[in-house]
Amino acid sequence: MEEKQSIFKVFVNGIFRENPVFVLVLGMCPTLAVTTSAINGLGMGLAASFVLICSNLIVSLVRRFIPDKVRIPAFIVVIATFVTIVQFVMKGFFPSLDKALGIFIPLIVVNCIILGRAEAFASKNDPFRAVLDGLGMGIGFTLSLVLIGSIREILGANKLFGYLFFPQEFPPLVFMILPPGGFLTMGLLLMFFNWISHRRAITEAKKQIAAKE
Amino acid sequence: MENQKLIVSTSPHFRSKESIRSIMYWVIIALLPSAVAGIYYYGFPAFKVIMLSVISAVFTEFLIQKLRKVKVTVSDGSAALTGLLLAMTIPPNLPFYVPIVGSVFAIAIGKQVFGGLGYNPFNPALIGRAFLLAAWPVPLTTGWLAPSSSTGVSGINQGELVNTLQQTNNEVLIDALSSATPLNLLKQTFTGIQTGEITREFGDRILEMLYSGGVLKNLITGNIGGSIGETCAILLIAGGLFLLVKKIITWHIPVSYILTVGVFAWILGGPKGEFFTGNPIFHIFAGGLMLGAFYMATDYVTSPMTGKGKIIFGIGAGIIVVLIRKWGGYPEGVCYSILLMNTATPLIDRFTKPKVFGFKKPEKAEEKK
Repeated sequence: MEEKQSIFKVFVNGIFRENPVFVLVLGMCPTLAVTTSAINGLGMGLAASFVLICSNLIVSLVRRFIPDKVRIPAFIVVIATFVTIVQFVMKGFFPSLDKALGIFIPLIVVNCIILGRAEAFASKNDPFRAVLDGLGMGIGFTLSLVLIGSIREILGANKLFGYLFFPQEFPPLVFMILPPGGFLTMGLLLMFFNWISHRRAITEAKKQIAAKE
Repeated sequence: MENQKLIVSTSPHFRSKESIRSIMYWVIIALLPSAVAGIYYYGFPAFKVIMLSVISAVFTEFLIQKLRKVKVTVSDGSAALTGLLLAMTIPPNLPFYVPIVGSVFAIAIGKQVFGGLGYNPFNPALIGRAFLLAAWPVPLTTGWLAPSSSTGVSGINQGELVNTLQQTNNEVLIDALSSATPLNLLKQTFTGIQTGEITREFGDRILEMLYSGGVLKNLITGNIGGSIGETCAILLIAGGLFLLVKKIITWHIPVSYILTVGVFAWILGGPKGEFFTGNPIFHIFAGGLMLGAFYMATDYVTSPMTGKGKIIFGIGAGIIVVLIRKWGGYPEGVCYSILLMNTATPLIDRFTKPKVFGFKKPEKAEEKK
């Protein structure tokens, strides 16, 4: 068994080192589809985070009682329960956001990040760590969606969270709000984050070499 | 003799004098007359678009090659050619940032992201144009300028036009008659006939005007509205022939492409439900077909290698052009036809690979064993 990570590391893991969108490249479907504006990204991120934290907690609590063979259906039932809660809350209190996100709210059930964390982390760790992991991953997911949504909203509609971004009249690049704009933004951001991690790896390797000598 | 060393090297042992650099500059030279014609017809705005596009393309290439820490190959002219081609496919009357953004996109996303010249799956200039069309659809479809006061954007004589305009109340059509390019007017006329907004007789009169000798002459000399470099067919053909004579391009793609467009435009180019009534000459000379056929579809990187493959490429692109002109959302389809066939190029190459010399198909009897 690998040694237990420190609590802080568990939390930060999801935000940077194992960012679900830019490093693990999970949950691409909502990431590309709903990020036409920053507020949609935020809504989707928070909804998914809520489901992630709660399902991580429950899965971690019942991890000793679930037979290995039926663990996936059991996880799905737990996740679906929380997705239903989110769906009703959205319909009741944020009808406009619910309309914008549409089918992607019920689809959180099959979001690979949530199932992935239940399988890879929550079912092997105690509830406290599982919640921290869910929190970190949720924050990482939300931040990524807001980042993509902001870029697309600024370029595609000249707005940020619905407010005018550039003061003067500037004809927006409608392209960025359309689906190809989503792929383009995602690709360029992936390139950027890969470049950063590549550079970090190089400096670390240099440090190790220097330490050996 | 004893001092001479035996030099061992890998193939190729014969090198031609051609280089990327010389090819790119010959293509630019072949394109220049048409570009000058564009500036002559549309004036300073066209010059501005060309300069902005070329300069930003070259600058982007330089910047990205510096960032990628690879050899800077700006002087080979490929970036300048991309910028020039892009400028020639967009309308002259545009805000200053449109050609700049288009060029940056064409070089950065269309070419350098894939690894630079030789690795790009699509023609970079057309990627830039497709991006601009999706990004700013309104300026890209309305930025036409009339070449002279006596002929409108559609190439129809103004006097005739005014006469015709007095006979209709349909606002969309009035707009189209006064400000649309020939292909756009054709499309709107067919749509009008189909929806019943204009009578068949009136539609036929517009078609008659469009297919007239006067408009044809304007189409060939470039005296119509359109993208900067696509209008002057005669100079584009001259430049294309020059490239053919210099053996920089082969005849396969231009000939098969243009012939296919002609044949299919004749079959499908009429109003709905009527076949074999289209006007092939009009369809060949209108729009950007000449520019696309000679200078864009023949791009080495994105077109098939073999003659057979090139003919398949040209026929496929030609069919797509007519389909888009007839049923698509846009009046012109050259840009998308070439981009779509670019995606098919690796497949075409795979199926038209020439046999290795001396290769025999293994006999079936052996397979059974």
